[in-house]
Amino acid sequence: MSLHDEKPEQVEAENFDFGLKKKKKKKAVPDFEEVAAAETETAAPEASNGAEAGEGDEDAVPEGDDAGNMFADLKKKKKKKKVTLEGEEPAQEEGAEGTKSEAFDFGEKKKKKKRRPDLAEFEAQLREGQTGEDGAEEEGTETSGAKKEGDDTWQGSNRDYTYNELLSRVFKILRQNNPELVGDKKRYTIAPPQVMKEGTKKSVFANVVDICKRMHRQPDHVIQYLFAELGTTGSIDGSQRLVIKGRFQQKQIENVLKHYFMEYVTCKTCKSADTILTKENRLFFLQCESCGSTRTVSAIKTGFMAQTRDARKAARANA
Amino acid sequence: MSETIQNLASYDPFADTGEESDLKVQGYIHIRVQQRNGRKTLTTVQGLPADLDQKRILKAFKKEFACNGTVVQDEDLGEVIQLQGDHRVKIQQFLASEGLASKDKIKIHGF
Repeated sequence: MSLHDEKPEQVEAENFDFGLKKKKKKKAVPDFEEVAAAETETAAPEASNGAEAGEGDEDAVPEGDDAGNMFADLKKKKKKKKVTLEGEEPAQEEGAEGTKSEAFDFGEKKKKKKRRPDLAEFEAQLREGQTGEDGAEEEGTETSGAKKEGDDTWQGSNRDYTYNELLSRVFKILRQNNPELVGDKKRYTIAPPQVMKEGTKKSVFANVVDICKRMHRQPDHVIQYLFAELGTTGSIDGSQRLVIKGRFQQKQIENVLKHYFMEYVTCKTCKSADTILTKENRLFFLQCESCGSTRTVSAIKTGFMAQTRDARKAARANA
Repeated sequence: MSETIQNLASYDPFADTGEESDLKVQGYIHIRVQQRNGRKTLTTVQGLPADLDQKRILKAFKKEFACNGTVVQDEDLGEVIQLQGDHRVKIQQFLASEGLASKDKIKIHGF
């Protein structure tokens, strides 16, 4: 159910919508069947598409975006935001369209309003006239026929609704009633690390403590991660700056910090950065303050370190 | 009574598994980069599946990335491939395209 799979179908469905709507207007009242079918058909895929597209946007964008934007300056962020908004807008519109044709909503079309009160009666009629009108209807909706059957037609038939259908319905209504939920989420930013060179073989990371404070993490933990990832060592000097052995540029440190943020700060469930890291029985747990979920995070491991010339020299000196 | 039951349980499920077995169980392939002097770097590939011939992979790496390298035998990590230069992304792509490992099993470390 990825976004890519949905896209073409969505377009198809939309194309069909127009056709069907026209038909709706033209046709007389009696053929409810088709209207209902068309309706459920238009409502369902679109709604699910809208919901999914929205979700996809929200899910997919912040991951990379958060990481990418975390340190970016405002200008960049604004640009990106625009992009995400553009992506989201069509989804929202579709959601709205889907709801328009939804039976239970206050549609603008008169026909629907007319039809709404006698739903039960109409359904009874449906069952009777199903066989007769089915053929004619399927001609009109050839391609979407399969989709309609599979997706969401509990209104037009006497079978029970499935969990997924109800779920997408709930999300659709939720989104429609609370537009603020759809909007893109608050971004968490960290000040860019200030990295300077100290001599030729050392780098100084000046605002470690500040960044750690902003992330609500122990500097020790952050530094341990930094050293493990960079494969070096270092120390904290008198004025709370981190001196790292080896030459590193700001963007390199930034990258590592981004990864740290993703691993140990953001909540995987709600993407919030409002989390606490606790240690229990030698395991690190990340607890989210905003959604309450807890997950374990992997301990920091240095892994294999290749023997460098320095180590070899030291070994030789010892021997 | 309780003593006998205690004695029956010879296997302790809460026993410490140790670091190295943990590393192996997870099945991740770690690709790391290490700084040498100047702008030179070393890339290490740790945790390749044991059923693969590391030497052949190394040979392929060397040919593909035009660099030198060795297979290092580590006490608790097994065989580790070392390559000269930063080839992290290329290694990941290579492993994925050859079908040796899926991309989500490969972890790239370093800056």
